[in-house]
Amino acid sequence: MTFDYKPVQRDLAAAGYIADDALAMALCLTIGLRRPLLLEGEAGVGKTDVAKALAAALKTRLIRLQCYEGLDANATIYEWNYQRQLLAIRAHERDAMPSDAIERHIFSEDYLLRRPLLEAISQPLSPVLLIDEIDRADEEFEAYLLEILSDFQISIPELGTIAARSIPHVILTSNGTRTLSDALRRRCLYSYVDFPDETKELAILHARLPNIDRRLARQIVRFVQMLRREELEKKPGIAETLDWASSLIGLDVRSIHGDATAAAIQASLICLLKTEADLKSMPREVTARLIDKVA
Amino acid sequence: MTGFMAHLRHNGFAVGPCETELVLSTLAANEFPNVSVARLGLKTMLSGDRVQWSRFDELFDAYWFKRGLRLAERAPAKDSFRSHRTRPELWDKVLPPEEGSASPSRIERGPGEAEGPDGTSGSGRLIASTQDALMRTDLRTLVSPEDVAEAERIAERLARAMRYRLSRRRMPACRGDTIDLRRTIRRNLSRGGEPIELRRKHRPERPVRLVVLLDVSGSMKVYSRYFLSFVRGLIGQWLQADAFLFHTRLVRVTDVLRERDASRAMGRLSLITEGFGGGTRIAASLKHFNDRYAKEALNSRSVVIVMSDGYDTDPTEALTVELQRLKGRARRLVWLNPLLGWKDYAPVARAMAAALDHIDCFAAAHSLASLAALEEEFVRL
Repeated sequence: MTFDYKPVQRDLAAAGYIADDALAMALCLTIGLRRPLLLEGEAGVGKTDVAKALAAALKTRLIRLQCYEGLDANATIYEWNYQRQLLAIRAHERDAMPSDAIERHIFSEDYLLRRPLLEAISQPLSPVLLIDEIDRADEEFEAYLLEILSDFQISIPELGTIAARSIPHVILTSNGTRTLSDALRRRCLYSYVDFPDETKELAILHARLPNIDRRLARQIVRFVQMLRREELEKKPGIAETLDWASSLIGLDVRSIHGDATAAAIQASLICLLKTEADLKSMPREVTARLIDKVA
Repeated sequence: MTGFMAHLRHNGFAVGPCETELVLSTLAANEFPNVSVARLGLKTMLSGDRVQWSRFDELFDAYWFKRGLRLAERAPAKDSFRSHRTRPELWDKVLPPEEGSASPSRIERGPGEAEGPDGTSGSGRLIASTQDALMRTDLRTLVSPEDVAEAERIAERLARAMRYRLSRRRMPACRGDTIDLRRTIRRNLSRGGEPIELRRKHRPERPVRLVVLLDVSGSMKVYSRYFLSFVRGLIGQWLQADAFLFHTRLVRVTDVLRERDASRAMGRLSLITEGFGGGTRIAASLKHFNDRYAKEALNSRSVVIVMSDGYDTDPTEALTVELQRLKGRARRLVWLNPLLGWKDYAPVARAMAAALDHIDCFAAAHSLASLAALEEEFVRL
């Protein structure tokens, strides 16, 4: 078997996601070695989207687990449907069933609410499991997750151990707000997703907005690339570029040069600059200066 | 390949036998079309974080193609710093003193006191030492080495006691505010499911995160060593704390302070903080912190402690801007100024005066007693 990442790259491109060589290799290894993949990078570079594209490329389900602080293991694996159980107990009051029969009844599969992790191991075809923003969950959850990612089996006291029907492709994303534990890092493959370069961003723009004018697309990409080099609190990501491009098309702007469009462009900068300080640091003059630098 | 793994380990990668096995089995079972593809694959399998990701290519080339890279030096454990004590102080109480070692420490204990965890007595406050006078002395007046060593030790124990108390803020759930359905049902199975006994649950209080920024410039020189011990005690082994030193620039020293080996810690510290004792650029250092570390280190439960005298060579506006940014991300900003304990000190330095608006707590830190009084501040969040 060859570890060639080119077919993966092509499939992702067909699904609308342009991945560079490093990311394609990482996904290739994830699929081949059955190891989870940890993606780190700034907000807005497309870490979440790659999971969606991968699911589309492999023609399988995407199961998403959004992490937050205080995320409980129960909320991720399974929960019993307590309300329904209580109702069932009430309903069976008249029947005078013996208590262990009631117990067997209310702790059966009908009353089990499957949450993402359990869902992910119960699929006939390996799904893509996206664990988003793992750095927001705390260390206890990380330890629990590690255990699950090694064995891929979940034990429910009333039902027994549930082994995986298929091993999911696991992708974890992190924004870097907290250092992750070493154990998790060693368990996962790693890839750092950076802001794209000009050619790649242009390709993404054309893939997502096929009808965009070529010259405008080039100008947009060059402008955003220069903007990222400025001193900003929050650098615009790829999603912001796409939003800005759509807004310019909607505002019927053909070219970013020219006085007629300066006002429209200044107004549309809110797609790119997301904090007050950043907006203040880009008044008209600065915008005009950047526009002049774009060919 | 094992040689390459050793090379990576020497440069700070956390790779062990499992990783070696993974890499070897992958290489054996699969074909990589060419070297750069193989390098990409190895990078994905062996890197752990962003820094390692960016360094991997150079290290790979250096090892396999000998492209002249000097290996990073690890701070050696300097033998000259090694103390002649080879066993922890605590053992001195039970074992006879070591041959040929001068025992500089007096082990002071009040009569009949048990040493609780990390230096606290049963009542939870710091044990009443016979060094009350030492607690109240202004630290800059200490000259004799025994007093200095003693004060350092007390500072560290103070901090550890605080840390112990701060990190244990969990409350039992029997009087919680919401009903825990899961445990209720399970408890009442023996009663046919009737919820007769209720079980409650309650959100545990999340522990405080501490970030300490310590000024080690020339003007703070007399106090720095005590503060360093204090910070060392605070950081301890508690994962939720971070420490930084700054003078003209800022460095993160959390890992160094956690080294158990004191001599190695000092060795690494001195390598990191060249310029210890020079001028101060508080605003620039805070800016570096805000840009580089704040995202990771601060959250809505953080308490940031700045220990500095406020003498800054940067413009005042820069300091206020950076403090504002800091305050935006953290819950509480505490500024400890040793000068406050001096008689007749008023914050006339412009930087200090301007900074006062943004600070939640401005306290003195000139003696051990004042450090002990800080605990109230930390608790009150």
